[in-house]
Amino acid sequence: MRTLDKPEKVYFFGTCLMDTVYPEAGLAAMRLLKREGITVVFPQSQSCCGQPARNSGYAPDAIEVATRQLDAFSENWPIVVASGSCAGMMRHHYPKMFAGTNDEARAAAFADRIYEFSWFLVHVLKIDLRDHGEPIRVAFHTSCSSRREMQIVDEPLRLLSQLSNVTIVPFARETECCGFGGTFSIKQPDISSAMATDKMTAIVESGAQAVVSGDCGCLMNIGGTLEKAGHPVRPVHLAQFLWERSHE
Amino acid sequence: MNSPTGFAQRAAVALSDKSLRANFRRAMDGLMEKRKAQFPDRQALEALRDKGAAIRANALSKLPDLLERLEANCTANGIQVHWAATVAEGNAIISEILGKHHARLVIKGKSMVSEEMHLNHHLQQQAIDAIESDLGEYIIQLAGETPSHIVMPCIHKNLDQIARLFADNIPDQAYTEDVDALTAAARRVLRERFAAADAGLSGVNFAVAETGTLVLIENEGNGRLSTTLPSLHIAVTGIEKVVESLSDIPPLLALLPRSATGQPITTYVNMISSPRRPGEKDGPTEVHLVLLDNGRSKVYADPHLRDTLRCIRCGACMNHCPVYGRVGGHAYDAVYPGPIGKILMPQLDGLEAKGDLAHASTLCGACAEVCPVKIPIPDILVHLREESVNPTGAVAHSHFSGTLERTIWSMWTMVNTSPKLYRLFLWGATRFGNLMPGRLFKRWTLVRTRPQFARASLHEQAASEGFGDG
Repeated sequence: MRTLDKPEKVYFFGTCLMDTVYPEAGLAAMRLLKREGITVVFPQSQSCCGQPARNSGYAPDAIEVATRQLDAFSENWPIVVASGSCAGMMRHHYPKMFAGTNDEARAAAFADRIYEFSWFLVHVLKIDLRDHGEPIRVAFHTSCSSRREMQIVDEPLRLLSQLSNVTIVPFARETECCGFGGTFSIKQPDISSAMATDKMTAIVESGAQAVVSGDCGCLMNIGGTLEKAGHPVRPVHLAQFLWERSHE
Repeated sequence: MNSPTGFAQRAAVALSDKSLRANFRRAMDGLMEKRKAQFPDRQALEALRDKGAAIRANALSKLPDLLERLEANCTANGIQVHWAATVAEGNAIISEILGKHHARLVIKGKSMVSEEMHLNHHLQQQAIDAIESDLGEYIIQLAGETPSHIVMPCIHKNLDQIARLFADNIPDQAYTEDVDALTAAARRVLRERFAAADAGLSGVNFAVAETGTLVLIENEGNGRLSTTLPSLHIAVTGIEKVVESLSDIPPLLALLPRSATGQPITTYVNMISSPRRPGEKDGPTEVHLVLLDNGRSKVYADPHLRDTLRCIRCGACMNHCPVYGRVGGHAYDAVYPGPIGKILMPQLDGLEAKGDLAHASTLCGACAEVCPVKIPIPDILVHLREESVNPTGAVAHSHFSGTLERTIWSMWTMVNTSPKLYRLFLWGATRFGNLMPGRLFKRWTLVRTRPQFARASLHEQAASEGFGDG
């Protein structure tokens, strides 16, 4: 397994979805890192990791956008990403995308500095959280890219388990995709809707009061489905949930 | 643009079929559980998958050489080898062999390559009856359908539907939902056909180059009957099914049935290495092997796509696919459905005809996670998407994506490569995004509320909270 001593300074990659829809999640992640004594740098020249274009088949566009991220995060500091999906893109796909180009070495070094947020909290910061919240039952949804690309499975659960008033409830078919898939949700609306509806049903049946996830795409999908169906289950990003429960 | 919504439309129809969805959900849940129970030790599983991937990658790395050795060793064993570049050639070869024997009735073991060739239809046109003897294939042949799964062809049907089909189509068969009685009915019909058949036709799971052996696995004994009872046996397979040596077989057999149906091993493992030899009491007097290319050498030639040919046709990718599990096999309108079909069909039939399948995935990776030979299906899907919008590769045809889509991505790239434009975009989205007309979100809001843009972007909030720029 990778190891990293606790650094003084890290970069934070905000992701385009946090930027536009869930800024409070990104802010919470940065506050948590800061509270642990780390200087958090948020480059104002960052944008998107390029994944939407890559997954849609527009590789040259994805490379152009990815190159700007290599520029924006140029110092040799770890890059914390509060999204398994964007982290997977930058850690595992950048090296392949840039192979054979002038930026090959730079992309490989960049990829090496990518850390998924929950993994960073558990393994690098060895964070110790105190719960100040009311008792609550939560379902945790691991995104497919967290699970299968970043190999994140129990880190978020280990973090949630530190919160004494939080009960993690299991739900049916937890490992199944929620049906978001980026542009898939628009290109295959019927299948995507069926998948989202099934995921919502499983979460509602679990009795959870909140659904927590480390990825904003899944949250937007599952949360939007819950809201449209009128279920009062709150969708919330892991970083925001941890911050809300643990700050005094 | 060809009909890119073809799959989406068929999927929508399938999704509204409650009985179909229930049949698939139940079947796929069961298959996933059974597979999981077969691989309790994750490390052992990973080691075995690595081995399986290495065996298949090795075979593909020497494919032309291995195929020549396979031909030489089969020939030395008395198996007659035929090469078919196309489906038409394959069908012609089989017709000719059957013609020489004046065969009128062919009994078939399960073969997806024969489905790929539409062989039954071809033989029918020449007044030759081809009867499926695999129970699942027999059921769909009765129904006049095509397989909806490569291992379990009638998985889309439930017991009532099968009981009705038997009562309507098998003479003197009363309606019954007793599984044993239904199986006995099929056996009664098929035994007569086995005895009367002029020829047996089968697929091949693995062809061993070193020994000229055809490996065929099955559960019902129908494969063994099809390949031993009639005096003529014709085996058909794709050129990629070759492996180098006999020692490659045990690891692949340790993977295939466990991945496919969650069985430790199939009831029958047939190793066919020659026709009946002098002094032997049974077995066909003539054995033929038809090796079909049908686009495989084109796939082989492209380094981005070659891994597709590692496939050992276990169907685990289908069993674990959240899309396949909801729409079933027929929605793909393809011989090979599910994740492997999404990467194989656009390569065999062209992006023009089947390119939309490459877009019918969330890239969740459940398929690659269970693939016994570690085919990087999501990466190949993305590669095919690239070729479908920028057709320069081996499978390129004329499937250009719409100019509107191209324009949207160009604008997206412009915004995301200029920090100034990106911040301007953020400002606009956070101030005016929620004023956009609802119809722009029509597909999203089928079951969801539309996303609410924040009042200020993370860029702005990070700066105002004092997080430094670098």
